[in-house]
Amino acid sequence: MSAPMFMKGNEAMAEAAIRADCRFYFGYPITPQNEVPAYMSRRMPEAGGTFLQAESELAAINMVFGAAVAGARAMTSSSSPGISLKQEGISYMAACELPGVIANIMRGGPGLGNISPSQSDYFQATRGGGHGDYRLIVLAPHTVTELAELTMDAFDLADYYRNPVMILGDGLLGQMMEKVEFPEPEARRRTGLLRGRPLPPKDWALTGAQGRPPRLIRSLLMQPGVLEQHNFHLAEKYARIERDEPLAEVIGCEDADVVLAGFGTSARVAKQAREMLRARGIKAGLFRPITLWPFPYAQLAAIARTTRRFLVVEMNLGQMIEDVQLAVARERSLKDATIALLPRPGGGVPVPEEIVDKTLEVLR
Amino acid sequence: MFRVKVDPRRCKSCELCLAVCPKKIMVITHERNEHGFHVAACRDERECTGCLACALVCPDVAIEIFEDKD
Amino acid sequence: MSRQLFARTPGLKDTVTTYCSGCGHGVAHRLLAEAIEESGARERTVAVAPVGCAVYGYDYWNFDTTEAAHGRTPAVAAAIKRVLPDRLVISYQGDGDLASIGLAEIMHAANRGDRITVIFINNTNYGMTGGQMAPTTLAGQVTTTTPLGRDSATTGQPLKVAELLATLPGVKYAARGALHKPGLVRKAKSLIQKALAVQEAGLGFSVVELVSLCPTNWGLTTLQSVELVEKQIVPVFPLGVFKDESGAKAE
Repeated sequence: MSAPMFMKGNEAMAEAAIRADCRFYFGYPITPQNEVPAYMSRRMPEAGGTFLQAESELAAINMVFGAAVAGARAMTSSSSPGISLKQEGISYMAACELPGVIANIMRGGPGLGNISPSQSDYFQATRGGGHGDYRLIVLAPHTVTELAELTMDAFDLADYYRNPVMILGDGLLGQMMEKVEFPEPEARRRTGLLRGRPLPPKDWALTGAQGRPPRLIRSLLMQPGVLEQHNFHLAEKYARIERDEPLAEVIGCEDADVVLAGFGTSARVAKQAREMLRARGIKAGLFRPITLWPFPYAQLAAIARTTRRFLVVEMNLGQMIEDVQLAVARERSLKDATIALLPRPGGGVPVPEEIVDKTLEVLR
Repeated sequence: MFRVKVDPRRCKSCELCLAVCPKKIMVITHERNEHGFHVAACRDERECTGCLACALVCPDVAIEIFEDKD
Repeated sequence: MSRQLFARTPGLKDTVTTYCSGCGHGVAHRLLAEAIEESGARERTVAVAPVGCAVYGYDYWNFDTTEAAHGRTPAVAAAIKRVLPDRLVISYQGDGDLASIGLAEIMHAANRGDRITVIFINNTNYGMTGGQMAPTTLAGQVTTTTPLGRDSATTGQPLKVAELLATLPGVKYAARGALHKPGLVRKAKSLIQKALAVQEAGLGFSVVELVSLCPTNWGLTTLQSVELVEKQIVPVFPLGVFKDESGAKAE
């Protein structure tokens, strides 16, 4: 671990990327993630890497595509509307099985929205966002240290699976300053989401056909049946990811009468609410998915065996709640369950007291 | 003496070689290739000056030119 | 004793293309492949294929290739060049890819002086999708989306890419050639060679625009297409070298 530092989330994420050997960053200004390109513009050249402010978010994701094609670790970041612009490029990366990291520091939407934190891109991140059948591994940190750790993991998972990976943060996490300790990259490869698995060589990268036949990276597959086969190949990869990668933090659910469910910042607030509830003698648990895709259905279903009341806290109109319903339905009829929602869309951020109040309502 | 070798597999009967040949010795034959195109050919290689015009304009690189010296 | 005066370059695969009869792509691919092969750069080349008829370029040319999303070809090429600065990086594009959806990407790659070489095939329409209006379509030209002929009052005049790009300091070589006559073909090859040399010397961005035949979508025979190019297209898109700073030292 590095010596503890006091850093802004956006900057910690950028620093973590560089420590994970990312040497190419392409970005574009948009609030609330402007610190990322600014930090990268200074730190990347110091680290011997390349920073380029692209002409648009669209150009930036295509530059990540190009850097990935050439075998490099590359990253882009943006906030909600800019991520919408990147969807085409992300679909292409997934189709071509290219590694890369895309960070979405979410802001209020839809449209131009506002610059306050939100979680309203959950569907966009986990249900595709771009066209076609593909998935992104989506990681949702809730502290600046976790943001740094998961950023490092993101590059490893992207290389391991040859798939783009999204870091889903929000403006609050991006802007807050907290103590952060960066893991040693080699240690993190063992203890983090990669779990010590060896990374495959990039023997598909375009480097010039020296002493070998030319290589091709493409997603246009016109011959009858070929694209269908390719889709099934991708599906097989996604099935492996769903089997091996779901991760959640579970607190106090063994005896819970009600479980608070949330990700990122809303989970962080819910953690405090849970403690307040416990202090009042209410058996409250917390379920915090860390991988939003693959969603940890099995872990939540196990909790639903003994708990039938859930309160989903999200900074949107209700998106993760659908995955909660899917998980609970594995164990009990939804008619026997209460899955309530505390929605705070459009830049709203919940406070622990309102979660406590809503929980008491659910328990009545 | 020049030889104008047209690969019948490649020719798409566009007639650019006919248009640019200064000696007007390229013709479209009755021979059809597997794609259904009538294949071009040189009707009299003795007239060929080896200028390479036909080979240069051919979009399908169908034409190779050889020079045979005694 | 026999010698071969004109041979097929190893820069191209030995295969029949699916391009239409008379299409300019075939000649352009050959000239690019020859120039790359003859300069010994084939094994160091990485090309980016566009969305358009030439999306299949990689079936024909014999070097590492990636597809790019429509219009993003220069952005992808720029990134590849930054990762692998000593490779020869080519962005091969058509009217829609470069001059319409990709106009921001090409302008900014050019303005940054990205050390890539762009081959731009101008046949005044969108070929792959059946012949719609392109930014390069002539005023009055009939296309599937200008059935009464392009009305400049509402859709503008044809865009002259080589001239536009030449105005940018990051661009060190900008030229326009054509492919329908042997003399022009020889000239076009030398334009491409010059452009590649500018990249290899690390001077900056280079672009060669090539006026090409598209008999299928123009609704003409190949020979009628040649006449159209000579009488109507070249007067609007003059051939020539609009910028040549290849004598300059690398920045």
